[in-house]
Amino acid sequence: MSRLMRWETAVTALLVLVFAGGAGFSPDFANNDNLSFALDDLSEIALIALPMTLLVVCGQVDLSVASILGLCSALTGKLWDGGMAIEMIIPLVLVVGVVCGLVNGLLVTRLGLPSLAVTIGTLTLYRGLAYVTLGTGAISEFPTAYTDLATSSIPGTPIPYPVALFVLLAAVTGVVLHATGIGRSLFAIGAQEDAAYFAGIRVKRIKLILFAVSGLVAGFAGVVYTLRYGSARADNGIGLELAVIAAVLLGGVDFDGGKGTLGGVIAAVLLIGLLRNLLMLNDVSTEVQSIVTGLLLIISVLTPRLIAVAREARGRRRGARPAVPAAAP
Amino acid sequence: MTVLTQSPARPESGGPPGGGRRLVEMVLRARELSILGALVLLVLGTTIANPRFLSGQGVKDIFLNASILVLLAVGQSMVVVTRNIDLSVGSVVGLVAFSAGKFASGGDRNVVLVVLVGVGIGLVCGLVNGLLVSFCRVPALVVTLGTLYVIQGLDYRIAHGDQIGAADLPSSLLSLGNDGILGVPYLPIITVVVMLGVGYYLRSYSSGREYYAIGSSPEAAMLAGVPIRRRVLTAYLLSGALAGLAGVLWLARFGTVVADAAHGWELKVVSAVVVGGVAITGGVGTVYGAALGALLLTTIGSVLVVLKVNSFWQDAITGVLLLLAISVDRLLALRVTRALKQRSLASAAHRAASPQSKEGRA
Repeated sequence: MSRLMRWETAVTALLVLVFAGGAGFSPDFANNDNLSFALDDLSEIALIALPMTLLVVCGQVDLSVASILGLCSALTGKLWDGGMAIEMIIPLVLVVGVVCGLVNGLLVTRLGLPSLAVTIGTLTLYRGLAYVTLGTGAISEFPTAYTDLATSSIPGTPIPYPVALFVLLAAVTGVVLHATGIGRSLFAIGAQEDAAYFAGIRVKRIKLILFAVSGLVAGFAGVVYTLRYGSARADNGIGLELAVIAAVLLGGVDFDGGKGTLGGVIAAVLLIGLLRNLLMLNDVSTEVQSIVTGLLLIISVLTPRLIAVAREARGRRRGARPAVPAAAP
Repeated sequence: MTVLTQSPARPESGGPPGGGRRLVEMVLRARELSILGALVLLVLGTTIANPRFLSGQGVKDIFLNASILVLLAVGQSMVVVTRNIDLSVGSVVGLVAFSAGKFASGGDRNVVLVVLVGVGIGLVCGLVNGLLVSFCRVPALVVTLGTLYVIQGLDYRIAHGDQIGAADLPSSLLSLGNDGILGVPYLPIITVVVMLGVGYYLRSYSSGREYYAIGSSPEAAMLAGVPIRRRVLTAYLLSGALAGLAGVLWLARFGTVVADAAHGWELKVVSAVVVGGVAITGGVGTVYGAALGALLLTTIGSVLVVLKVNSFWQDAITGVLLLLAISVDRLLALRVTRALKQRSLASAAHRAASPQSKEGRA
């Protein structure tokens, strides 16, 4: 696809359209309070989408992230209930997140198992451990200093603190993915793993680190989730993995690996969030929101495909050589 | 089983390749036998701890509970064998259970009609998935994730917080879910018939073998003239139809249905299939293995209840089991590859040494 026709551009255009339409037609949409609520509401999805983008670019997937979030949330609650200080709990919980990620990574790299199968297994396992930790009860009554931190915005802006953190991490991730050798290695692994290996890229080590980072961020998202809702439960964030993957794929990252940009993913995360918020403001039910997300997802994989097919057909009609398949930058 | 009698009948093709094939077959069968072994051990151990576990009612409950999961696993394994996946099955079960319930409670409907309506809805969902995956060639995981959301949304929209009660349903439908012939409930009978049918087709028809060819190597299958698109579409149609049937059986068994029936079951089904030895990378596995996997997962659930283990452990144990299953699978596969390589090396050396062989002359 030409530069103007890139998928990320289309998603961004759609995002601008949704924003402009929302501001024009819904009086409650474009004010600071609502925008900051809408942004805060996507904190966890946005945070986890960053390492997920890196994983999908290198041809892997981590379905266990929402379970890690749940386990870390349950653990936060359990430790807080046991009288531990939040300052102590957070590093401990993050370590648990990293360990969960390392288990995924080791199973994928040492045994050579497909990450889809491994993380379906650990998805069940970690969620089970969350229930073992906390049962079906809920722990609440976290100190307001921390719950406020998770829900309030930087003074004078509609940007909530968790989102500010996301912006920081997104900048780091963007630089790593698009401006360093590591980033190029990720694309290489996703495009042709064997070739990347023979080119001297330490494929296994990179994958292991990515899974560990994914666990770390999911664990952190667990803490944010717990404080934002002021409630630790074993079933926190259930099904969130699908929302994250939906955002990454809608952002134009190829599920087969090797293609995609972080900008596209961020635009997609915002698009999904604002769209949901807009539908909610207009009293459109959650079921329709679910339908809209699903359709967006299907369209996001179908459109580039159809464009490629149309171009191929046109090329054949002209008797020219077959068109080059849609390429990412 | 046919392989054992086949090989001696063709001694000229014996040698390394035949032996290799026998080895692979043996390992693959060992996979199903080991699941069966685990199942038997589990049941024996639990019975010793609590003799009431193997009472008539207990066994009946396990089979009733497993039936729906097995049905879904049969459809899913056909899809997974072609190197695809169908994540939408759970939502199809929910949609069908609810809409078939709405339909059945509208009057004294015939059971067959309700089943047909349910299977029909499932077929439509399967058709959408199949067309998108096979003809538009988009990744199955993404498409079925998308249809999962859409179908779930439709389901909730139709249900609107309502629920179907057993009192509204025709008694013939409820008896389908709870009665049986000669003490054997209908549900397991239906499931076993479906399983044997699909299993026989995949094993014994050349078009059935083509599903494995597609999953092993799509490029090779295409060059060999396998109609890939049609086969993949058929796999999704079957998966959808069976999910529809499972939805009706869910309604018949439980009577009371809310919109989120079978919510999250897609991963349960994929787990059963993977535990049953169907490789997620395609081309390997049988529906019998998948059915055993589903039975094993269901039995573990019952065992935990009987042994009064905290039910919170169930997910954790299922997860560990799943990881164990795919790891064992992988190690077996590596061993087979190594053994085959050694055999072919040995036979190459043998041929090189013998004077009549072409390699000897070269």
